[in-house]
Amino acid sequence: MSTVGLIWANLHRRPARTYLTLFSVLVAFLLFAVLRTMAVWFAGGNEISSANRLVVTGKYSIIDSLPYSQLKAIAAVDGVEAVTHQQWFGGIYQDPRNWFPKYPVEPRAYFDMYPELVIDPETLDAFARTRTGAVAPADLAARFGWEAGDKIPIEADIWPQKDGNRSWEFDLVGTYAFKEGAAREQIFLFQHDYFAEATGIDGMVGWYTARIANPEQAGAIARAIDARFEHSMNPTKTATEDELARSFAAQIGDLGLMANSILSAVFFTILLLTAVVMNWTFRERVPEFAVLKTLGFSDRRVALLMLGESLLLCLLGGGAGIALALVATSFMELSNFGISELPLHWPTIMAGGAITVGLGLLVGAGPAWLARRLTIAEALRRG
Amino acid sequence: MPANIYLRNVEKRFVKGREAVDVLLGVDLRVEEGEFLALMGPSGSGKTTLLNLIGGIDRATAGDVVIAGRDLGKLSSGQLASWRAANIGFVFQFYNLLPVLNAARNVELPLLLTKLASRERRANALTALRVVGLADRAKHKPGELSGGQQQRVAIARAIVADAPILVCDEPTGDLDRDTADEILDLLNILSADHGKTIVMVTHDPKAASHAQRVVHLDKGRLVKGTA
Repeated sequence: MSTVGLIWANLHRRPARTYLTLFSVLVAFLLFAVLRTMAVWFAGGNEISSANRLVVTGKYSIIDSLPYSQLKAIAAVDGVEAVTHQQWFGGIYQDPRNWFPKYPVEPRAYFDMYPELVIDPETLDAFARTRTGAVAPADLAARFGWEAGDKIPIEADIWPQKDGNRSWEFDLVGTYAFKEGAAREQIFLFQHDYFAEATGIDGMVGWYTARIANPEQAGAIARAIDARFEHSMNPTKTATEDELARSFAAQIGDLGLMANSILSAVFFTILLLTAVVMNWTFRERVPEFAVLKTLGFSDRRVALLMLGESLLLCLLGGGAGIALALVATSFMELSNFGISELPLHWPTIMAGGAITVGLGLLVGAGPAWLARRLTIAEALRRG
Repeated sequence: MPANIYLRNVEKRFVKGREAVDVLLGVDLRVEEGEFLALMGPSGSGKTTLLNLIGGIDRATAGDVVIAGRDLGKLSSGQLASWRAANIGFVFQFYNLLPVLNAARNVELPLLLTKLASRERRANALTALRVVGLADRAKHKPGELSGGQQQRVAIARAIVADAPILVCDEPTGDLDRDTADEILDLLNILSADHGKTIVMVTHDPKAASHAQRVVHLDKGRLVKGTA
């Protein structure tokens, strides 16, 4: 038996209490890691954005449509290399829980705009040729067991067809993949021409994406685009993809603040809970600490035993929570945002580790101090 | 031959709030090496307080407490802890074993403070259990042992680090007569065969009769003619 063995054995004194406390700490750190990961993602710490792409949306809301005529004007702005457009479609595949983003796009222009997306030329040709054609990320196709040639039914929630029919049907011509390191947005793409024809809403798009030659000129080009439409019926707001992601997140709320508020409450509760548990542990073992001191364990050593116990409890719970978060975030998807996975970043793991140690020390400090001050004769009398 | 335990004019006063209680008043006591001494007296006479001073777990208010050649009054609390680990083995009335550890690990506890390797610690603990006749119960936790067996484990814990002095506070107070006799015989063996100096506090005259010498305390003073 070692000193660590002694600490370990003491943790098993009341297994139910220990495991319940461990579980509470585990849940707290799981929440911490997952919420922080989401907050980091929404704060723009993801790889979705590119520095050389600008997004042009309606000035007052990203849900305002823009006229197709603006495309040429944007393309004509100095520094803009290419422009394409997209449209938020919504829609439900079989069940609302199956949600994933669906955009009507111009096939060739879209894949030219996003070189991080990999599609083989035959599939792209078929997509461009087929009026009702669609392509899906390979992950999404695998999720629903789709294969090329399948008909994919989508029930419209925003965009019914002009005859009022809400049932859309697309012909899946193939799949596309992602280059290493690219954000794996699970977007189902279909032909904009088909969308425009079927809805009868011709000449309007959701937003434009413009590729620029020099990212350092992003601000100036964005201002030039917005100035171009400032006095039109459809004024625009142009921003980098990163800025757009942030403003989109801001519409949901300050996720960082929300995450921090929730975590503060959770950790405060956990702090109180573990502190109470450690105090119980101390009080019921006062005579044992006295015996240890009688055997020659110094005041400092007894205090370290107590501190070690609380540290081990928090490290086990916190470590398990973060490990579980690693697994959870690798499987987690936020389909409403087109995110297929949320990687747990090292800073989050390191912060979790630091909080674990801090919690262990904070919770154990009081009982350790009391154990250190304990006088043998008095403690034996209390026993 | 120098006394193994030497107390001269020892006083102990407890202060609680404004009230001061003198528990020991000018106690002089010598206990020779290898001697088995029983300390008797009525409740509140100061027996346990005196035992605590001898064991180095409390300090005298006045007087000299020299044990195994060290003046305990001059040691810091850290030094005193190290000194206890090397010189004193404790046996309590209620055994005071750690319930989460089995017998072997309870006995091994004092050895965690030594530089012995894990394997040596285990071997020494088993040897100590063998001395008290409990080697076959090494894996049992205290809750799985009888009172007498738990007290034997406590004695094994007291002798495992080869401390020259054993201080025993009512070691048979919680045991039936036969078991108490077994424990007292064991203490006799440790004193006679292993040269341990033993100071035992007891209320029980029959238990005291196992000791080589009996001294009586009354109202904080040693009764003349017994010291």
